[in-house]
Amino acid sequence: MSAREVVVRAEKLTKVYRTPAEEIAAVNGVDLEIRDGDFVSLMGPSGSGKTTLLDLIGCLDSATGGKLTVFGQEVTRARESDLVSLRRGRIGFVFQDFMLLPELTAVENVQLPASFARTPMSRAAATELLDRVGLAARANHLPKELSGGERQRVAIARSLAASSRMLLADEPTGNLDSRNSEIVFETFRRLNSDSGLTVVVATHDETLGAIAGRTIQLRDGEVVGN
Amino acid sequence: MNAFQMAAKTLWRRRVRSLLTIGGVAFAVAVLVSLFAFDAGYREALQKDIDRMGYQVLVTAKGCPYEAATLMLKGGGGMRYMEQAVYDKIVGDERVQEIAQQLVVTVFSDSDGEGPGSISMYVGVDDAYRRLKPWLTFRSGGWFSSDDADEAVMGYEAAELEQRAVGDEIYASNIDRTFKVVGILERTGSQDDGMVFVPLRTAQKAFGYEGQISGIGIRLKDLAQMSAFEEDLYDEPGIQVISLAQVKGTILNLMSSARMLAGSIAAVALIVAVIGVVNTILMSVFERTKQIGMMKALGASRLDVFRIIWLETTLICLLGGVVGAALAAVGGRVAEHVVRGLLPYSPGGTLVSISPPLVVASIVGAVITGLVAGVYPAWRAATLRPVEAIRRAES
Repeated sequence: MSAREVVVRAEKLTKVYRTPAEEIAAVNGVDLEIRDGDFVSLMGPSGSGKTTLLDLIGCLDSATGGKLTVFGQEVTRARESDLVSLRRGRIGFVFQDFMLLPELTAVENVQLPASFARTPMSRAAATELLDRVGLAARANHLPKELSGGERQRVAIARSLAASSRMLLADEPTGNLDSRNSEIVFETFRRLNSDSGLTVVVATHDETLGAIAGRTIQLRDGEVVGN
Repeated sequence: MNAFQMAAKTLWRRRVRSLLTIGGVAFAVAVLVSLFAFDAGYREALQKDIDRMGYQVLVTAKGCPYEAATLMLKGGGGMRYMEQAVYDKIVGDERVQEIAQQLVVTVFSDSDGEGPGSISMYVGVDDAYRRLKPWLTFRSGGWFSSDDADEAVMGYEAAELEQRAVGDEIYASNIDRTFKVVGILERTGSQDDGMVFVPLRTAQKAFGYEGQISGIGIRLKDLAQMSAFEEDLYDEPGIQVISLAQVKGTILNLMSSARMLAGSIAAVALIVAVIGVVNTILMSVFERTKQIGMMKALGASRLDVFRIIWLETTLICLLGGVVGAALAAVGGRVAEHVVRGLLPYSPGGTLVSISPPLVVASIVGAVITGLVAGVYPAWRAATLRPVEAIRRAES
């Protein structure tokens, strides 16, 4: 795939949550394209639909309307097994609260996605990924023995473990102090510029938003700036 | 990092809860294994006791046949006696392979002020008794010098209990008579170990039962002739014919009621343990909803999640099975001691027989239980939608 090939294309993408009392359009007719190697920040106030859009792009949730193509595959009506394949081989996730398995060491957490992909990762390869985020020395530590920033960097290394080509991060600095936030920003920037990894970050953080090459502004589920 | 390692690490992280759940399974398995082991051991021991009697048919004076059989097996007061002429009638029967008459007398020795007193079983026998039980061998000494000598041959345990050796004397206080110990038998694992044997004629004279005996043990040439043989003796007045096969069946029937009750309790314990396992794993699934969502986001399929949760349940039950079987093996001796004290009649030898197949079967049974118990929690976890799992846990 060329550097500028479209990896995500959304057309009139809609996600409506229905309750007996009301219908809420978390994502409302969104059109957008993300190309290979983009560093995109999704910004907007709480409830603007950033997380829902990220979940849709990451094949964690299904749209109620419109069309979404991820890595050339139309995912709006895809089977669960196809979505699993996409998540396994192409997409890496970083969550606000890190979501490391507490019983596994840093290096074991990094090995986890590869084991789901049936392509077991050696300890050395996982340690190399930790080295890319500056944590090789902390490979054998449990999450509880790491700082918040270190945990988030382990989560970033983990997101790269299954040869991911697109990294989706939901408020990755939401639980971090400013110094650790800067380290995480820098890690994203480096992965994007050095490895050509596509990075999509949903964030409130203006600084992180500014580092991204492109900002998509959302309000009430609609794109109001791109 | 494979599913097994993940399951093991998850259980280890919640080790107090895991250990308590394993304990519940182990308890249920231990009860079940003990029960089956007791059932097998009791049957085996009873069969051995009956085999070691050396005869298939017992002829005694009329009365309760089972009481008579039990008295012959274990001794006790209230023995009935019959005329020795009965023996003379049967001894010539061509269907009989071996026949031996016995006079069983219980001697109660009063307390001498130092101890609680004692009960001794004296059995008057003749040479035929040794032909009926050819496995009887002597630890020391030998058989009586004549059929009316004041001599005694002691069973292994009786000699141990009375601290007697060949050449010593033994005193029957209620008849004020002394017997010289001429032989001590090797241990047989049967009721013979606790008996004091004296010549039949001596016993009849000494205990005041001249011309009388308490039982006749008969081994037939052919077991198929049992019914006809029993039928022929039904017409004899004042006696009853007891088939030891029937006695065994009746004792086992009596035991089966207790076994059913214990089995029901064990089944309830197992059901409670299974519910405990399901509850523990379900709680764990609910607590880890977000983690499960994360694993799915990282590419775990439904099958991956199902396998991890299923393995956790199976591991708990496997460990519970192993610990339970070990507990049963260790606790079996204690249980045997307790059970012996509670049962009106218990055979000699080992009552709790834990065999390797029983241990393997109990562990395999526990694993199968785990596989079944794990289906629902694993299915719940596997069918969680990733986004719902992640966001629900956040809300």
